[in-house]
Amino acid sequence: MKKVYLYARFQRFWHWMQALIIFSLLVSGLEVHGLFTLMGYENAFHVHNFFAWGLVTFIVLAFFWYITTGDFRQYLTEGNLIEKIMMQVRYYLIGIFMNEPHPFKKNEISRLNPLQRITYLMLTLVGLPLQIIFGFLYYYYNELVALGMNPDWIEPIALIHTLLAYMLISFVIMHVYMTTTGHTVTSNIKAMITGWEEVEE
Amino acid sequence: MKKLFFVVFFLLVSPSLYCSSLVAKTFHPPVDSLMVSTADHAKFDELKKDFKSGPEVTEACLRCHTEAAKQIHRTKHWTWEVPMKDGKMLGKQHVVNNFCISVEGNEARCTSCHIGYGWKDQKFDFASERNVDCLVCHDGTGTYKKYPSGAGHPAYVDTVFGKTPYPKVDLAYVAQNVANPNRHNCGICHFEGGGADAVKHGDLDNSLIEPAPHVDVHMAVGEDGLNMTCIDCHQTKGHQVPGSRYEPTARDVHGFDYPMPDDYPTTCSSCHGLKPHKQYSKLNDHVDKLACQTCHIPVMAKERPTKMWWDWSKAGKLNSKGGEITRKDSSGLPLYMSKKGEFEWAKEVVPEYRWFNGEMNYVTFMTEINDSGVVAINHPDGEPGDTLSRIWPFKVHRGKQPYDRELKRFVKPKLFGPKGSGAYWKDFNWDKSIAEGMDYAGMQYSGKYGFVETEMYWPISHMVSPKDEALSCVECHSRNGRLQNLSGFYLPGRDTDRYLELFGLLVIVGSLAGVVVHGILRFASNKKRMQDGDA
Repeated sequence: MKKVYLYARFQRFWHWMQALIIFSLLVSGLEVHGLFTLMGYENAFHVHNFFAWGLVTFIVLAFFWYITTGDFRQYLTEGNLIEKIMMQVRYYLIGIFMNEPHPFKKNEISRLNPLQRITYLMLTLVGLPLQIIFGFLYYYYNELVALGMNPDWIEPIALIHTLLAYMLISFVIMHVYMTTTGHTVTSNIKAMITGWEEVEE
Repeated sequence: MKKLFFVVFFLLVSPSLYCSSLVAKTFHPPVDSLMVSTADHAKFDELKKDFKSGPEVTEACLRCHTEAAKQIHRTKHWTWEVPMKDGKMLGKQHVVNNFCISVEGNEARCTSCHIGYGWKDQKFDFASERNVDCLVCHDGTGTYKKYPSGAGHPAYVDTVFGKTPYPKVDLAYVAQNVANPNRHNCGICHFEGGGADAVKHGDLDNSLIEPAPHVDVHMAVGEDGLNMTCIDCHQTKGHQVPGSRYEPTARDVHGFDYPMPDDYPTTCSSCHGLKPHKQYSKLNDHVDKLACQTCHIPVMAKERPTKMWWDWSKAGKLNSKGGEITRKDSSGLPLYMSKKGEFEWAKEVVPEYRWFNGEMNYVTFMTEINDSGVVAINHPDGEPGDTLSRIWPFKVHRGKQPYDRELKRFVKPKLFGPKGSGAYWKDFNWDKSIAEGMDYAGMQYSGKYGFVETEMYWPISHMVSPKDEALSCVECHSRNGRLQNLSGFYLPGRDTDRYLELFGLLVIVGSLAGVVVHGILRFASNKKRMQDGDA
């Protein structure tokens, strides 16, 4: 076992801010959707819009950081991606129960396994942007209708926005569970707090 | 020099003293008569007379105001009729209602709210200038009252109606003290429509004479009140009063009118524009779908109960001595009257909401009705997708009223009149009263009457609440909100899609179940391995 510094200060800050923002967005968004009453529709509406702008701001900031530091390379893979993903999937489905070692070792240069890479990349490049786009379509519906958008589209826009939110909840559930699959049950979470993680040599 | 300094200092400082106080300025600065008129009517010799009747006063008025009667002749206040695009004649004179049903046949009583004298039957001369009643709108003394069954005339001798005294009106005194219409002048007919205070409209009653801000923020009297009167919004030109229930403006697309009035001089947007919300601009996005009234008049009949139900079919019950029965609730409101049937009243009424594009559909006395359900005497036109339509609040007055069972039309019963004339209120015989009324109107009656349930829509525009009492978002944006029954559009917070919610549930529950099962298996396999290792 050795300790490696996996997550820079900005990455940890960005991760936990994103967690807070997405959690707030999910709670307030589901209230706006009418699933429960917590802070009141009007407050939920304001909270949702506030954190939506927060998310956009932090994403821009994070993109800037990843590009300028070159850390975006963490999300790129070489070789046969499908095969590597399948290896990781096989580990979670079978290997993990047999005490097999993780198929990909973490180190300072490569801290994400291929499944994480593709998931986070899809979340950042497809899922969240799509959700943000539909959020904007929803919010600026009146302006867009004035520009010629079909007013009947409000329903599909709202429903797609909700659908993506449900999928995001599913991601959060699995993501939180996956944190327990590290070297110890809490080692991944500790690493995301301190930056240091114990990994196999 | 010192004096001059003080004068200049005072002139400079005094405005800042006014500005520094945050008390809202009253809409009407205090004025005396010299500031409102170039004429003191008390000084006119023409008005220093012992007038014997209303028309004599009118003749005196018309000597100077030569065109006034001709202007009045063109107004709905005079004709009680409104020609519609489709050729139908509407207006008070023609429409069916579910209060006293029809003017025709009951003129002497109904036309006590007419701005003319002597409309007691079909022979009334609508071209007569001397029969225009100037005083009912321009009485500045508060002493001018029309006699309830006087076909528009006031009491010319001391008399009593019911138990209310109607003293002889001093016509010269009233004529010498004419003024622009105030709340009393308009209210005497519009607050007491249907025969008594608050009966008809739901948003117009005598609580508006001196309302608190809670009742009507614009008309509120007192130090902080805007103190606006009826004619501040219903700004009249040539006696034409804008703002009519028959030709309402459901959506003002023009916005601010002043200082240049447009075709819609009585809408909220005339003063507030089309983007009235400064703090939360998202609220302005509602302007295209919601009438201002929808959020800003959360309840009507704030102070006084309005009539919600009138069942004529129950009328006619008499006591053992053959006398009329009146049953009242604890506050003195009639719940039953032999003459009129059964009533229901309600205070602080939540309006009903409908899409409305400004066109009202009216059933007339010639329309064949479908008597298998509730008949809408009038109903607002409008659709969710239509750019002219907005969601409006309505008072819906429901009841049961007589109709012709054979011909499937509404009938005009004769209600008012002397005993033996067939008038229902004296003879209590529906068949006779309907036959008499229909004969008088020259309309066909099969001789077979019945009672059908009806509903009538009254758009709500008055009793605007202060902004912090406007509806909150969740009143509509929720599963069981005020707009629950209005379909055909997507309303965030109210509408869901069952497949989407099912999908969401499956995805979330599936993920949870997946991770729980995975976790348990991990725990179990680990334990087994430990035991195996230990063994």
